[in-house]
Formats: sequence, C-alpha cells, structure tokens
Amino acid sequence: MSVRVIPRLDIKGPNLVKGVHMEGLRVLGKPEQFARHYYESGADELLYMDVVASLYGRNSLLDLIERTAREVFIPLTVGGGIRSVADIRRVLRAGADKVAINTEAVRRPEFICEAAHVFGSSTIVVSIEAIRQSDGRYLAYTDCGREWTGLDAVDWAVKAAELGAGELLVSSVDRDGTGKGFDVELTRQIARLVSVPVIASGGAGQLEHVCEVVDRGSADAVGLASLLHYDFVRSGAPSGHATTPKTQEGNLEFVRRQTAWSAIRSVPLAEVKQCLWNSGVDCRLN
Amino acid sequence: MNGNNPPRVAIVDYQAGNLYSVEHACRCAGMEPWVTSDPKSLSGVAGVILPGVGAFGDAMRALRDSGLADALIDFSHSGRPLIGICLGMQLLLGESHEFGRHRGLELIEGEVRRLQISTTNRAARVPHVGWSRIYPATRGSQLVDWAATPLNGIEPGQSMYFVHSYVVCPAQRDLVVAESVHGDTVFCSALRRKNVWAFQFHPEKSGPRGIQLYRNIAGLFQADTSMPLAGESRDGSPRRELRHAA
Repeated sequence: MSVRVIPRLDIKGPNLVKGVHMEGLRVLGKPEQFARHYYESGADELLYMDVVASLYGRNSLLDLIERTAREVFIPLTVGGGIRSVADIRRVLRAGADKVAINTEAVRRPEFICEAAHVFGSSTIVVSIEAIRQSDGRYLAYTDCGREWTGLDAVDWAVKAAELGAGELLVSSVDRDGTGKGFDVELTRQIARLVSVPVIASGGAGQLEHVCEVVDRGSADAVGLASLLHYDFVRSGAPSGHATTPKTQEGNLEFVRRQTAWSAIRSVPLAEVKQCLWNSGVDCRLN
Repeated sequence: MNGNNPPRVAIVDYQAGNLYSVEHACRCAGMEPWVTSDPKSLSGVAGVILPGVGAFGDAMRALRDSGLADALIDFSHSGRPLIGICLGMQLLLGESHEFGRHRGLELIEGEVRRLQISTTNRAARVPHVGWSRIYPATRGSQLVDWAATPLNGIEPGQSMYFVHSYVVCPAQRDLVVAESVHGDTVFCSALRRKNVWAFQFHPEKSGPRGIQLYRNIAGLFQADTSMPLAGESRDGSPRRELRHAA
C-alpha cells in the first residue's frame, strides 16, 4: 500500500504556525491557503493540530474544518483539545475524517476504546509526543511536550494500539522544527511492535530524511511541516497573492523576512513524492 | 451535465460521520445535496447516498430506530439509484461480524467480514488506511467494462482512499465491479446490484478522481429521474420477498 505524505498544519487561532520543539511559534500564514496548495500538489492527507486547544480546553478549529472541507477532497485529521465522544462527533460533522487524541487518552485510556467503539478504530488516531532521554528511552508528553505523562512512549504506543487506536501519530518533540531528521529509532521501535499504521512526525529537514524514516523507521506515513511550509511561503501562493496572516498578533518575523533555519532545505510536495518513488517506495503520484 | 436542474440527492444522516465532505463533493459535482434523517424525505429525491464512518452495529441500530432502514429498503425498490459508500456499502449486505453479529439492510446477499491478512508485511496492516488502486473485476474471462458504470473515465489502477477494517463478500460474484488488493487479499471495492451501487473507498476523499466519480453519479441520478419509478408503492412486498428468499 502507498506510503502517505501528510502535510502537518499546526494552528493557533486563525494562523498556521511552526515552532521548534513545539515552542516559539512563528506565524506562517492562513491555513486554508496552505491546505489548498497541498491538496493541489498531491498531498495524500492533511493534519490540522490546534496547538493551543489543550491549554484552553476547547477546540477552535470547527470553522476552519468546514471551510477546508468545502474545497479539499482528501482526508483530514484534526487534533487538539478533543476530550469526549461529543467533541469527536462535532469535529467529524464539520468535515474531518479522523481525530488525533493525546491528553485525554493519557488521562483516561478507556476513552480510546469508547471512541473506537462508537466511530470505528479507523477514525481514532492516538497522538504520542515523545522526547528522547539521555539513557535512550523515550518518554511520552502532552501539551506540546510540556507535561510528562509518567509513561514510556513505546509502552504507551503498544497499549494505545491494543485499546483500539486505528493509527499512531508519533511525534518527536526534540526533533520538531529542527530539520535534523526524524527520530528514526523512535519510529522503528514503535512500528515493529504495533500492528496499526504509524505516522512519523517531527524533524524532516531534507528529502533524504523522508526516505530514511520510511526505509529504516518502517513509517507508513510521514507528517511534514517545515520541509513544505517554508517552500510554499518562499514561492508565494500559486496565483501570486501573499499568504498574509489575518492578524498582526504573534511572531511574524519569518513571513516578513522569509528566513528559515538553515538546517531546513524545504522542497515542493511533488519532489517528496518523486524522491520516495525513485527510492522504490510505493506512493501515489498525480 | 445536460441543461436540467441539478439532481436532488438525499444524503442519509444517521449521526455517524463525515457528511459535510459528501455534501460538498455532491455540490462540487453539480448535484443539489440534502442531508436528511427523515425517513419520509427519501420519496421525493432523484437518488440517495448512504455514507458512513463508524461501527456497523451502532449504525444499523440508528437506522432501525429512526425508521431509515425501512425507508432505504423501500427506496431501493423504487428503481432510483441508491449509492452506498464505505460503511454505507457494508450496511447493504445481509450481515456483519464487526464487534459481534449484526444484521444489515439485506439488499445484497452476502456478508461483511474482517479483512484477513496472512502476511506479516508491515504495509498490510488492518485497518486498511490509505490509498490503494482499483481494478476492473473479472467476469468469466473478461474484465468488467467501467464505461457503463460511475467509474467511467477512471483509469484502471487509479488510487482511491480507503479507511476500513471490514470488507463486503457478496454471495453473487458477478455483482463485483471493482477489486482492490491489501496485503495478500483481494477484496471487492465496488459493486452493483440493479440500481444499488456501492464503493468501499471514499470518492469524496480521493482527490480530483473521486470528484469525477461523483460527477458520474450525478449523471446517473439525472438519467434515472426520467425513468418510470417502478414499484414505488410502500407496501413492503418486495422486501418481504427478499426476506423469504434469504
């Protein structure tokens, strides 16, 4: 089956943001424009993460989901602040296909089971934010890597899959936004122990990183942010209109100066697909 | 599209899943969609789409409790097109083995079984989530011609988006229109029985090719609105007949 390339859009209020280690968020533009651009470029899915929803205890993404579903006909996974069956229902009814759950799944693991029973396992993605420790272990966190859950990330991944998660979104907090490459070892350890698909996320800074995490990490899908976002901002929207953020709040430094981390050699999505295909990975080419 | 009004299509809402995308795909494909949970509303539309995300047992319970199950069965006997998508496809079958044993709408003889994968290949996990290719089914020594189906214009081997753990196994093999492969298992990804069409993948999630399928469905609805609506009476006799036959 095809390996999926999934642009990951971290969202704060009306803006697409990107941080490093999930902190220090910079504003990159309007999420809808990025979503449409990635759809037209052959993205296999989209991932919206409301990066402040867990902190505020609510999901502010519903309007954005509705607007996106009007023009983007590929699967959309939404995460951030999902705490109940009613929350899931709201997000699905707005046009999302799957939900990603972290905090509430950790707090109440039986929620995974409940949600899978009502909506089917395939709708439930458990999101795991892992940080590599100096002894090589991986610990699981919530709230963008701020709160330790008391769990070992690999053990938790196995348990989440047993409880009914249909997929695991495995994000490396310490690689996030750095461009140093995915945490291949983290992905590999989890992928070999679970029977559900694993989406690797966090750290992609160049094309080779994507092939590496599929080949050596056994990832079934890759979540990409910086690698794609900076390319789109730099090239401007296809019709030349700027991806001007709706508000002036937040850190707009990147959009003004268009300087990404030098560690990130951003590329268009089609090049990612071509690179995977050329290295012998089955993926969907447009 | 000919110059007619956009065909009016009912999207059946039974509180499980992604209706917004189906609705927008319909609109994008030139239909006039109407999301409804009112069983009586099905009588006045050109076609019905039964979408679905979720668990079979809960979905059937919701359809029965709301009266939609009977309305769908009656609608299928009207001769107008009924389209099942994903779980909506599976609900058309006789019974399912998802989380126990559940009876379906029994419009198509056969059952819904868990995808059985014998290989340990990591790409062949269940649930089957992602893009897989669809191919014309074989009928005898020949391939099914998609030209006369809503798959008209779609290349054999085109990728479509799937999210499911179960597959339909129709008792009559000649109902199968398209097949796909997951791991070492070939399964039915599209089927037809008379005016009932069903797709295991999500065309509304399969990018521009999926939208093309919706356009073809719109054509089907438009063609069929002009047909005499045979057997539209609501006496339920065709259903009884089917039940006796089963």
